[in-house]
This record gives sequence, C-alpha cells and structure tokens, in this order.
Amino acid sequence: MISGFVFRALEGRIVTAVGIILAIGILVPALNLLTPADSALHIPTYVMSLFGKYLCYALLALALDLVWGYCGILSLGHGAFFALGGYAMGMYLMRQIGPRGVYGNPILPDFMVFLNYKELPWFWHGFDWFIFAMAMVIVVPGLLAFIFGWFAFRSRVNGVYLSIITQAMTYALLLAFFRNDMGFGGNNGLTDFKDILGFSVQADGTRAVLFFMSALMLSLCLILASAIVRSKFGKVLVGVRDAESRVRFLGFRVENIKLFTFVVSAMMAGIAGALFVPQVGIINPGEFAPANSIEVVVWTAVGGRGTLIGPIIGAILVNGGKSFFTGAFPEIWLFALGGLFIAVTLFLPKGIVGTIQHGFKARKALKAAADAEKGRGDATTVAQAQAAE
Amino acid sequence: MNMISETRQKSLLYLENVSVSFDGFKALNSLSFVVEPGELRAIIGPNGAGKTTMMDIITGKTRPDTGTVLFEDTIDLTKKDEADIAQLGIGRKFQKPTVFESHTVWDNLELALNRSRGVFATLFYTLSPEDKARIGEILETIRLTHRSQEYAANLSHGQKQWLEIGMLLAQEPKLLLVDEPVAGMTDAETAETAVLLKEIAKTRSVVVVEHDMGFIRELGVKVTCLAEGSVLAEGSIDFVSNDPKVIENYLGR
Repeated sequence: MISGFVFRALEGRIVTAVGIILAIGILVPALNLLTPADSALHIPTYVMSLFGKYLCYALLALALDLVWGYCGILSLGHGAFFALGGYAMGMYLMRQIGPRGVYGNPILPDFMVFLNYKELPWFWHGFDWFIFAMAMVIVVPGLLAFIFGWFAFRSRVNGVYLSIITQAMTYALLLAFFRNDMGFGGNNGLTDFKDILGFSVQADGTRAVLFFMSALMLSLCLILASAIVRSKFGKVLVGVRDAESRVRFLGFRVENIKLFTFVVSAMMAGIAGALFVPQVGIINPGEFAPANSIEVVVWTAVGGRGTLIGPIIGAILVNGGKSFFTGAFPEIWLFALGGLFIAVTLFLPKGIVGTIQHGFKARKALKAAADAEKGRGDATTVAQAQAAE
Repeated sequence: MNMISETRQKSLLYLENVSVSFDGFKALNSLSFVVEPGELRAIIGPNGAGKTTMMDIITGKTRPDTGTVLFEDTIDLTKKDEADIAQLGIGRKFQKPTVFESHTVWDNLELALNRSRGVFATLFYTLSPEDKARIGEILETIRLTHRSQEYAANLSHGQKQWLEIGMLLAQEPKLLLVDEPVAGMTDAETAETAVLLKEIAKTRSVVVVEHDMGFIRELGVKVTCLAEGSVLAEGSIDFVSNDPKVIENYLGR
C-alpha cells in the first residue's frame, strides 16, 4: 500500500528532476570544497549560499504549487509558514550562542538582555535541543495552517476571499513579530548565529552541508508531492480545483481534503524557511511581508502551476534574475518583475513548464489521431494498457 | 393522516410541508412529495417553480425553513451536509454537465466509485481488479468504452451528460436526482438517454427534472407538475397534461 504510494511518485520526469537536484546538491559543495580558490571551476562560498537560498525558495514555491496549482487555493500568505519555520531554526541558533553574545549572558540572548528580560520566555524552552527545534519547524507552521484552514475551509471561504484572509494572516504576524514584547527580537529579528550542532555556521564545510540538505529536502518534498498528486487523492484535489461541488456531491469531504493539503504544504514551507535562515544568517519580521508571499505566487506562475517541476524552475529563474538585476540595474528590477508577471499571464498562462508539456501533449494527441486514422483499434490497446497498470 | 403514515412506511424519499424563502421570495411553499423505492419519476414545471431548489434541499445544499425531509423513512436529511447525503446514497446530476474536465473519462469514474473517501484511504488507494471491472461495466452502460482514455474536456456535450450519469452510477446511489438530462442533446441522443435512464431505474429510484415533454412521454412514468413552490398536479403524463391548472401555468393554451 505504502510502497504503491511511493512507487507511483517515481514517474520518469520526477526521477530525472530529483537526479538533477541531488547532482547539483553534491557537485556545488564539492567544487566549493575540493578545488583551490584560484581554479576556474571553484565556486565561492557566497555563490553556494546564494544558490542554497534559491533551493529554499524552490521548495517554498513547490509547497505553494501543491495548494494553488492542484487544489486551487491561492494562498497569499505562504511566506508566513516559511518565516515561522525560519524563526524556529533561528531560535535554535540563538540558543547555541550561549555566553558568547555581546552581553555575555549565558541564558538570555542579547536582545532579551537589551530589553530587560529577567528570564527566558516559556516558549523559548526546548529550543536548545536540536531535535525539538526541528520538530517545531514543521509543527508550528502545520498547526497554524491547521487552525486557519479548519475555520476557513469549514466555513467554505473560497477564491479571492480566502486569498485576502491569507494575506491578512501574514500581515498580522508581521505586525506581531515587529513588537519587542513578543519575545522574538522585534524589528531586528534573530541574527549573529554562531554554531549549528557544534559546527560554525560561517565555515565552508557547514555551508556545504546546508546546501546539500537544501537539495535533499527539496528532492524528498518533490517525491512526496509527486506521490500525493499521483494518488487517487491527487485526482480528487484536481477535482476540487475544477469542480468543487461535483466532488462534494460525490460524497467527499472537501474541507478535509483542503485542510490536509494546506497543512502538508505549510510544513514544506516551514522546512524551506528553516534551511534558509542559517544560509542567510538572519531571520526578521520582514520575511512575513505580504509582498514576499506574492513573489512566491509569481515564481510559481512563471514556472508553471499545476506542474511539480515548474515552480522549482520558476523560483530559481526569477531569483537568479533578481540577483542579476539588483546587482546590475537595481532601479529596474521591480519593473522587470512586474513586466514578467504580466507577460507570463498574457502569453504563457500555463507557465514555462506547463507550456512545454502542453506542446508535447498536443503533438502526442496529433500523432495518436493520425495513428487512429491509419489503424483504428487504438482504443483497445489503450484500455489494455490502463488495465495492466 | 392515515394516508400519510401508510406512505411513510414504504417511501424512499419523503418531503412534507417543505418551505424555503430567499430574501422574501418563497422558492418552495409547503411542498409535499413522496418517492417510492424503485420508482422513476418525472418532474415538470415552469421556470422558478422550485425544481432546482427542491433538489438543493434533498442533497443538503440548502436548508429548508420549515418542513420534514426524510430518506428511507428514518434519516432526517435536513441535518446532514452534501457529503453525508451523497454517502447515504443520493446522487445528483447537475443541469450543466459537471465532470472533471482535466481528468480522463476513466479517472472521472474511478473518483466517483463508491469506495472509502477519507484522505488516507484515497492517498493509498490502488485500483483493484473488481474496481476495474466495475468501471469497465459502467463504460459499457454509458457507451464511452472507446473514449475511456480521453480527457473529459474533449467529449461532446451529450457524452459529458452520459459521463456524469456514469459517475452517478459508480456512486451506487439508491436515489438518483437528474436535472434536465437532455437539454442541448440531439434527438438521437435524447432517445438513447431515455433508454439509459429506464435501464438505470430498474435497480434504483430516479427523479428526473425535465422541460422536454417529448422526452417525458418517452419515459412513460408518473409525472409531478410543480408551480410556485408546490405541487400542482400528479399522475400519468396524459392526466397531468390535461389538467386545466397545468395548462394554465405551464403548458399554455
């Protein structure tokens, strides 16, 4: 049963994509660590961390695609789950600083000393333990998604109304995390990280492992997403997207289907955020900004929603473009992003990957039609193939 | 009173004094209506007579303001939602054919199949030989075997209607509600649909809402005429179409 679930996921394209992602995950750190700094093949650490950041964004886009591309829930608040995962990781990293902070307080992080905290707030307990922190990386976003989704989906909040309240959710969290008395470092967020599991976060070797972990988690989540999408559940998901009332009248509990997908997606976003934080070295409330969540929608749309590989490509391309443009022509980046979104919506409504796939499908259909003209009896072979599956 | 308790004992679907109003407009006005097990029933009536509202109430989409809606004499449908009611065995076909356009015909039927519908059950579902056989059977019934691997979006209007009927069959309902199944169909398709519905009605109750009088004559069953939210007349097609009130309200002189 479970093996069937996983086996279905490993369809050709997904295997290729996972292969490429893992190859990058090994090759880039290898070129960083094993080649001398003056070699033509050497990848500097800052480039590796930059690419590592793209992989985290790719995972975030994949998470959004699962709810938007397959289930039709346009979440404009996925940045919130990403940021919460990032904060959970950040709290662990803060606890690892120990007495090495500027104020040298062995228990309280610098910002708490600065803000006159007398003792560690209750919700900081446990975060010095790596396993607990990693559990929180998925539990906290998952729980928020569960509570939010429970009310939203049960009350049948749909379409643009749902998008607006997801946006409001991330905005509310932005405001909350900005407050100093929330206990998350306020405006400045969490930074000045020193160690992760005893290894310096600045060291090339640690960066290399973080990069590899990003590639690995992206691969695993891609396989999971593929398994979900290819199961009968995945077909129901697409049904919810295309004809929700039909799914309801077939006897499915649409609210549970949405809730499950939303929670899984939020957990993936949390993992992406947790891998992002040690690679960029900071997490602050800016990650909750509504504009961030909207950017994720752009990446997904550019790559192709409703395809699993599309959002990954979209996130990497758009962020690569962003890094290039903000370096070369900082004034025009936002115009370029806006222009890109409009161009994709107008000319490539299925996104890059969607358009390519559609082209292949159309060619296949043409060929099948031509074959059917010649031979007939095509339908029986197809039916047999289905039966054998 | 005696009459009602008798009908209650053998009814599949029982509506009594059901009223519902939207913004002051009385869509249903103490409607009473009984369907017996195995019955094929046609419902006619002018636009706004409450036909679709009645289906909405039976399938849990709308809650009535007052009245009783019972399934198999004991189950109060007004307390249940769409998914519950579908699982109890009431299938509904919409006026506009509603199928999953980006799935193949086969997948449409696979989704509709009456199997456990929970999140984890569907995640780990694998197509069993019995399920394959059942889908094959339904494909035969709805005459779409040769198009089973086609995307539903590529079907003709009539074929979509049949696919939707097929999905309802896969659901194995005890009661099938069919809203205007032949709207937009060619004459040949209409005739075939009548045969299909009669075949289906051999094993379950079917309620058909339709405007096409020729089609209803072809079905040759008991007819209920609704107007302004309540029953105007009930009986054979000839009886109903000769009723002066029906002529006045619906058929026209």
